[in-house]
Amino acid sequence: MSHGSGRSAAESSRLTVFLPIVSYTPATSFSHRLITKYTAVISTATDPDQTSLPPLLQARSLFCERDERVLFSGLDFQLQAGDVMQVQGSNGSGKTTLLRILCGLNSSYEGEIRWQGQDIDEDRETFLASLLYIGHRVGVNKILTARENLRWSCALHAPVTDAAIEQALAEVGLAGYGDVTCRNMSAGQQQRVSLARLLLSPARLWVLDEPFTTLDVAGVKILENLLARHAGNGGAVLVTTHHQLDLPCDLRRLNLDSARLDSLT
Amino acid sequence: MTAQVSTFNAFRATLRRDLLIALKRRNDLLNPIMFFLIVVSLFPLGVSSDPNELTRIAAGTVWVSALLASMLSLDNLYRADYEDGSLEQLLLSPQPLYFMVLAKNISHWLISGLPVVLMSPLLAYMLYLPADAYWTLVLTLLLGTPVLSLFGSIGVALTVGLGSRGLILAVIVLPLTVPVLIIGAKAVADVSFGLDVSLHYALLGALLAVSLSLAPLASAAALKISVN
Repeated sequence: MSHGSGRSAAESSRLTVFLPIVSYTPATSFSHRLITKYTAVISTATDPDQTSLPPLLQARSLFCERDERVLFSGLDFQLQAGDVMQVQGSNGSGKTTLLRILCGLNSSYEGEIRWQGQDIDEDRETFLASLLYIGHRVGVNKILTARENLRWSCALHAPVTDAAIEQALAEVGLAGYGDVTCRNMSAGQQQRVSLARLLLSPARLWVLDEPFTTLDVAGVKILENLLARHAGNGGAVLVTTHHQLDLPCDLRRLNLDSARLDSLT
Repeated sequence: MTAQVSTFNAFRATLRRDLLIALKRRNDLLNPIMFFLIVVSLFPLGVSSDPNELTRIAAGTVWVSALLASMLSLDNLYRADYEDGSLEQLLLSPQPLYFMVLAKNISHWLISGLPVVLMSPLLAYMLYLPADAYWTLVLTLLLGTPVLSLFGSIGVALTVGLGSRGLILAVIVLPLTVPVLIIGAKAVADVSFGLDVSLHYALLGALLAVSLSLAPLASAAALKISVN
């Protein structure tokens, strides 16, 4: 995909993000039936590029409820190459659930998720090969050293050399920490170990759940630069955080609180 | 890089990682084998020191202890990975989950099963097992203990998301593993009486083949449910 066309498509669809849309889906649960409002799907697509080039990630009329409580309903959004999207919402609004649904870790939802036009369940291998997810629990084993952790988590996708690991660690501010057991690191340093994966992975889509929580000021800066650089290289980022992001590139926002309010009125 | 090569790489990396973690946690490494040794050596003290009596119960004692030692160490299989988020990374790998789970099960067997197999002749000697049954004991354990790890993995995968699961794990795993115990112990007992045990070997081999091909798939499906 050419970089320029991706950006223009992204700009033309930017409006959709702020408008969580409630669309009618066959009622399958009690709370679903409560939703009576029917809104036509608003399309802002005027760019001819958008028809020829499917968005990287597209979610259509996502619905999820937990414990009889609707987290979101009729949620539509799409990510183009070069997009950084911040998922916002109060505690318990379903940010983590949304990210886990998009990764395929959580299957209790209704709706459609497409990666480059393909349903993510149909061509799971292609999707997973393009996905990098860092959750609340960052996936760093405390008994292993930073290098051993990275060796394994990268090998699950594509193996990397030790030199590359060393360089990635240096870039996230952990130069010389390759042989340190992760138990002896602070929470922020462990978070940085997981962030080194961002540099080692060829994945196009980054899904990051609260990656800023334990980082110090310098760490925040490093991560913000990484996000902008990834977007600039034609990647896409979906991130939840309460932190005020200060990115050198555009930032899109998806607010789950307003999504839920819309669906209840 | 071809898909096979990267799958093999991921398999090897997972196996290496799990063995490395086990080696670094020395206490957990020694637990199953110490448990095995202690349980078996308590029988002569608790039951009888009469060689005839011990000969009679030797096969069953060693096999029951091997089963319990395997179950004791099962808990480590996915718990730490579940808690630190590594399990999610494993499930989000583009590689076939079958091989990733198989790597973890093999490493579990190498840590908990293989030492039991290697230690068994010593304990058989202690329990006055007839000399011609030694090989049978070692071979049946060699065929049977991997089955214990593979079937046990399904139970752990199902219960890894639960807070307290001491008993429920046993309830799920025991029905699957008891046939292995029966066949294995019977083979060792029968060979002491000079009977032919080729059928027992065939049955254990069949169980191993079935569990090798199907159990990792069941474990993978169970893990997906557990992280859901």
